[in-house]
Amino acid sequence: MTPSEGWTPDQPIVAIRDLHKSFGHVEVLKGIDIEVMKGEVICIIGPSGSGKSTLIRTINGLTPATTGSVTVEGQEVHDDNLDKLALRRKVGIVFQQYNLFPHRTVLQNVMMAPLLVLKENKREVEERARSLLAKVQLHDKEDAYPAELSGGQQQRVAIARSLCMRPDVMLFDEVTAALDPETVKEVLVTIKQLAADGMTCVLVTHEMGFAREVSDRVYFTDAGRIVESGPPAQLFEQPQDPRTREFLSKVL
Amino acid sequence: MTWTVTRLNWRLPVIAAALCLLASVAAVAQQEGAADRETALQALVTWMPFILQGFVLNLVMSVLAMAIATVTGVILGFMQISPSAVIRLPAKLVTHVFRNSPWLVILFAIMFLVPFRVTLPGGETVMIPDWVKATVGFALPVMANVSEILRGAVMSIPSGQWESADSLAFSRGQTLRHVILPQCIRRMLPPWMNWYALLTLMTPMAAILGVNEALGNTQAAMEAAGSRPEFLIPFYLFLMTIFFVFIYPISLWTRRLERRYAASGA
Repeated sequence: MTPSEGWTPDQPIVAIRDLHKSFGHVEVLKGIDIEVMKGEVICIIGPSGSGKSTLIRTINGLTPATTGSVTVEGQEVHDDNLDKLALRRKVGIVFQQYNLFPHRTVLQNVMMAPLLVLKENKREVEERARSLLAKVQLHDKEDAYPAELSGGQQQRVAIARSLCMRPDVMLFDEVTAALDPETVKEVLVTIKQLAADGMTCVLVTHEMGFAREVSDRVYFTDAGRIVESGPPAQLFEQPQDPRTREFLSKVL
Repeated sequence: MTWTVTRLNWRLPVIAAALCLLASVAAVAQQEGAADRETALQALVTWMPFILQGFVLNLVMSVLAMAIATVTGVILGFMQISPSAVIRLPAKLVTHVFRNSPWLVILFAIMFLVPFRVTLPGGETVMIPDWVKATVGFALPVMANVSEILRGAVMSIPSGQWESADSLAFSRGQTLRHVILPQCIRRMLPPWMNWYALLTLMTPMAAILGVNEALGNTQAAMEAAGSRPEFLIPFYLFLMTIFFVFIYPISLWTRRLERRYAASGA
């Protein structure tokens, strides 16, 4: 994939500038600025209803922006002439509800998009899919159907499915929120491994311990604005804004 | 669903059918005294092949009408979910008109609006038999219902399926074909089978229009055998029994599929 002209890897891979989003008369994002460098792991935290999910979904164009700009590798996402296919190949997303295809096996779920969309060679795709499933510790579940798996296992399949498109950026939208506590860890371990491999990750999460451990930078959002951001040590140890302090005192 | 036998033990209807046959035999037995005349049962046996021959036409009409209704209904259903209003709105109009019109009215309309013969461009004249017109008349309301079954099934797939397919760069067509429709077929099968059963049960309406199907042949047979009042019960019971024997297994099978899909959460 060719990045847009003029973009070099020393520039932010994802750049959000003065992003506004309204649903009808309700403005849920009121001017957001975020920059993500290649290989960085960014966590977005904040109270429910602060617009975190909406924000992350603007990055791959699932939710269109009202005004402002979102670029991925220098390419404007909210452009009518956007090559959606190119964007979706660059940006993978994993959802809270996994959204696996229930009528296909685990292996087929992972292989479908590269085969259908990228028209890649079946043997290569299958090899890649198997190695990704091994990486998320599910090599023995290749022929299972999603309904036969636990929530944590399904979520790891969803991660492998996204990775099989070889994205440059991965988005995680509260991926552990629907899981049983005992399966949260296995999903977090998978993401951590991915981050260690150098994947650029943007996460919306309620797992504060995880955010602190894994992220390069944490953004605290409230009521559609970024209240405060910084390296996790700083944001969690010495929050500057009273709203950040209040939120952290509730969840930690 | 309009036509579903409620949760009865499967034996009950079978016992009922057996009782019906017994009753007809009993009704016939009363006539046994008059030895010089043909009994109702004898008359029925004589005319059975003729009635069954009519029933074959009922089956042919039902299968053909269902085939037409399925193909056109699926096309109409796809049009109903099109993002383009130019395609969607006419499809909705057609669907709603045929879903909400009495079958007999549609049947009469087709009978009298479609000419009984057409002249091909080559100058040849082709006759359109009444049973073909009746088949089209039965297909139209079922088509509209198949269209709604398809639309409803697509709507019942969670939006997360569309979103994840979209995120994996599937086109709308790819999403429909590889993600949405395979999940719809399971949901569509039981109502589709219900409509086939209902359609088959409606085919004797063609008798009103002079098509020689099972009901028409039954009436013709009774007349030919002398129009005696004691013919009514055995002849009509026989007619009901052949429909029952054909339809009831379909109904059982439909309910089994419904239960299985409900259990698997699909």
